[in-house]
Amino acid sequence: MSNRIVELEILRYNPETDEEPKFQTFSVPCAEDWVVLDAINYIKDELDRTLSYRWSCHMAVCGSCGMMINGEPMLSCKSFLRDLPDRIRVEPLTNFPIERDLVVVMDDFMDKLDSVKPFLIPREEKTVDEGEFLQTPAQLSKFKQYTLCINCTLCYAACPQYAHNEGFVGPAALALAHRYNLDSRDVGRSARADVVASNAGIWECSFVGACSEVCPHGVDPAAAIQQTKIASSVDYFRDMLIPGRRS
Amino acid sequence: MSRRPYIRPVSKVSWWLSQPRYIRYMAREASCIFIGAYSGVLVVGLIRLSQGAAAWGAFLETLQSPVSIAFHLFALAFALYHTTTWFNVTPKAMPLQFGQTPVPGGAIIGAHYLGWILVSGLILFLVGV
Repeated sequence: MSNRIVELEILRYNPETDEEPKFQTFSVPCAEDWVVLDAINYIKDELDRTLSYRWSCHMAVCGSCGMMINGEPMLSCKSFLRDLPDRIRVEPLTNFPIERDLVVVMDDFMDKLDSVKPFLIPREEKTVDEGEFLQTPAQLSKFKQYTLCINCTLCYAACPQYAHNEGFVGPAALALAHRYNLDSRDVGRSARADVVASNAGIWECSFVGACSEVCPHGVDPAAAIQQTKIASSVDYFRDMLIPGRRS
Repeated sequence: MSRRPYIRPVSKVSWWLSQPRYIRYMAREASCIFIGAYSGVLVVGLIRLSQGAAAWGAFLETLQSPVSIAFHLFALAFALYHTTTWFNVTPKAMPLQFGQTPVPGGAIIGAHYLGWILVSGLILFLVGV
């Protein structure tokens, strides 16, 4: 433990007693190699056992511990205290309802993720005994970055379109739809188009680009959405110009 | 235990002032206003041209007023900002890949600048500059 004391202002909300959230400040003695999540765990263990928050892996893989840290959506397990000032404001991810303290309601995101069919839709089903669907490294490289999404929803917290249009399908779900659309083993593009190419899908995005800036794994949802817009526009003109193309 | 999720209010007016990245986005979007206004000036010029030499001459004279020059400088600055910010995001919208090798974003952006220079040069050549 170093001598450094960090003041954590945490937005607290108890649905059973509070009308609205309010900040509570904790003084935390911290070690040099601590991340914000370590400081929050210290509060839970030593100062206030009622503090609620989500976390699991502590290694930026599970995507559970996303929070607003000094106004920026970040994984608290990846945010080192040594890179932050002595006073840190921690809030639940913006653009989501607060369930309790730092826990947000993710139902809307889960429904939207489900709506884009984020799974492989092969031309023909195969049993395990029939072997794998083969793919070359070049085919894999077209979509590999999008497979790194951990569904942490930092991109939703950063997206002003999602903040103002609750119907917007949103960055991560659209990036994952693009990931499967680009997959050489997949034929589900038209099945996803009803949601992806709708007004609430790609066309709601005005390319702010904040989603890509905050992604902790370097995924680029803004790029995925713009590429899908181009592909969707090409589809539209082909359908219009080539008779019988779309049944 | 009862569920009563709290929804935080979002400002419909000042949301974009909360983050520098949102301000940059709004500046990029607002730049189209000046480009639209400049297009309007060009259309007015065409109309004045169709009305004869005197009208065209009066239009050219108006362009030389201090207000007009100030507007054109503003419009040029916003047009450059508009163009460069959109060129800089083209690798996201139009990535190229040969086999496993992606074309560097700088090359895609550079190709757009090269196209811009060539088209501008062609137009200047056609109008006899």
